[in-house]
Amino acid sequence: MVLKQLQRMGAATIHTIAGLGRAGLMLLGAIIGKPSFRKGAPLLLKQLYVVGVLSLLIIVVSGLFIGMVLALQGYTVLVKFGAEQMLGPLVALSLLRELGPVVTALLFAGRAGSALTAEIGLMKATEQLSSMEMMAVDPLRRIIAPRFWAGVISMPLLAIIFTAVGILGGHLVGVDWLGVDAGGYWSAMQANVDLYQDVFNGIIKSIVFAFIVMWIALHKGFDAIPTSEGISRATTETVVTASLAVLAFDFILTALMFGG
Amino acid sequence: MGIVPALLNSRFICNMENTLSDFIVDIQNMSFSRGDNLIYDRMNMTVAQGKVTAIMGPSGIGKTTLLKLIGGQLKPDSGDILFRGRSIPKMNRSELYQTRKDMSMLFQSGALFSEMSVFDNVAFPIREHTKLPESLIKIMVLMKLEAVGLRGARDLMPAELSGGMARRAALARAIALDPQLIMYDEPFAGQDPISMGIVVKLIRALNNALGLTSVVVSHDVTEVMSIADYVYVVAEKHVIGEGTPEQLRQHESPLVQQFLKGEADGAVPFHYKAAPYADELMELL
Repeated sequence: MVLKQLQRMGAATIHTIAGLGRAGLMLLGAIIGKPSFRKGAPLLLKQLYVVGVLSLLIIVVSGLFIGMVLALQGYTVLVKFGAEQMLGPLVALSLLRELGPVVTALLFAGRAGSALTAEIGLMKATEQLSSMEMMAVDPLRRIIAPRFWAGVISMPLLAIIFTAVGILGGHLVGVDWLGVDAGGYWSAMQANVDLYQDVFNGIIKSIVFAFIVMWIALHKGFDAIPTSEGISRATTETVVTASLAVLAFDFILTALMFGG
Repeated sequence: MGIVPALLNSRFICNMENTLSDFIVDIQNMSFSRGDNLIYDRMNMTVAQGKVTAIMGPSGIGKTTLLKLIGGQLKPDSGDILFRGRSIPKMNRSELYQTRKDMSMLFQSGALFSEMSVFDNVAFPIREHTKLPESLIKIMVLMKLEAVGLRGARDLMPAELSGGMARRAALARAIALDPQLIMYDEPFAGQDPISMGIVVKLIRALNNALGLTSVVVSHDVTEVMSIADYVYVVAEKHVIGEGTPEQLRQHESPLVQQFLKGEADGAVPFHYKAAPYADELMELL
């Protein structure tokens, strides 16, 4: 009984390490090598549209509502202490440091990450990746690399848009609806938000999350069992694994950036 | 015999010898397994240049795997696979990709890129491997599409094609770069009689017209025997019969005969391996 349990644990460990190895090789194969602007640029532009532009709607709408909710919740607490002028910094810092990068990454994993996994899994199941290999075209460079870079470029931009829209949403509720002074909202925000500590750290977080989400999404698709069930499982795994990884790395990065 | 016919005859014999020794693919004592499952056990096979060579065998014996081994997508456990005298398993990545420009494969599903039109699918390998101007690429693509009868379907997307048309479009893509070797993976599977007739005609016609070498993997006996110059029957981890279609029809192996005649029972039993039926029933009583 104990031996079987140990065997199962050992098999699971080997499976996980082998998966990490395959994921690492896939990423290295995709991003290391001489870039070709003539072939690469149109592919990257197309993926920036598919991965980035098409995610704009969900990012803008979510950012607006989260900013509005933050302002509403923050106001009810701050007003008790007569500190409603601090609503601007509360909304801005929450979004810049945490919610902007994290929620964008979670939404991105759900929208673009799952779509990428399904797309690549389906390409594998229909032998499109194999046929590309047989045509002496490396699928890692042709399929994986442009999608990876498109995600890494677009996610920080989406996080910036998310944060900006969230701050406007906070303004809408705090200033336009609840009557907080507009000048106070903006000036307190300007006084309390630090460019390096808050804005840059938020962007760094977003870049790290982009790297993680894209890596997981692309690997899950590339490594999927080429059946309908396998692709469905890979898609679910992308959302679950990427979300958990983002939250775990958020804690680590927060501890490093703001912990001491 | 006059001097001229004698010379012609000797030249013909020399050519014959050259042709016979000129194998584009040479599989030597190749073994391959997936996990604990041995697929091929020290198998030998050759593919003669300029000929249509068919590989037949029951489902699940690894015919597609064999094509992937020739294409270098899989590596054998032991033995060697030579393509024009060079070992495929020993090639590094760049050598393998360079060699693949001389070979092509028609996948069972067609494997057309779903987000590209038929035209762009056929143009794909040309755009990837050449720096030709778009006007020249257009001419080349239209020539390939004309050869498979799909010039009028150039703007359709793969989802708009029937199974037979998708296979033909994929064939046009496979010959886009004028490869020396083209491998067909079950080209007749799931085709209606008209589409099947078209594909049969195309394989033979393209082989002759373009000077290709063709390897056709299939279990459609009638179609394969009608176009192949040489046939291998693969089963039980190695080649169980080989020869021209006529030689194969006279083959003494009961397994080959069962396969060619499509008999339900014989060397390959109808029943999957199991304990004796009576014993099992008695156990239940």
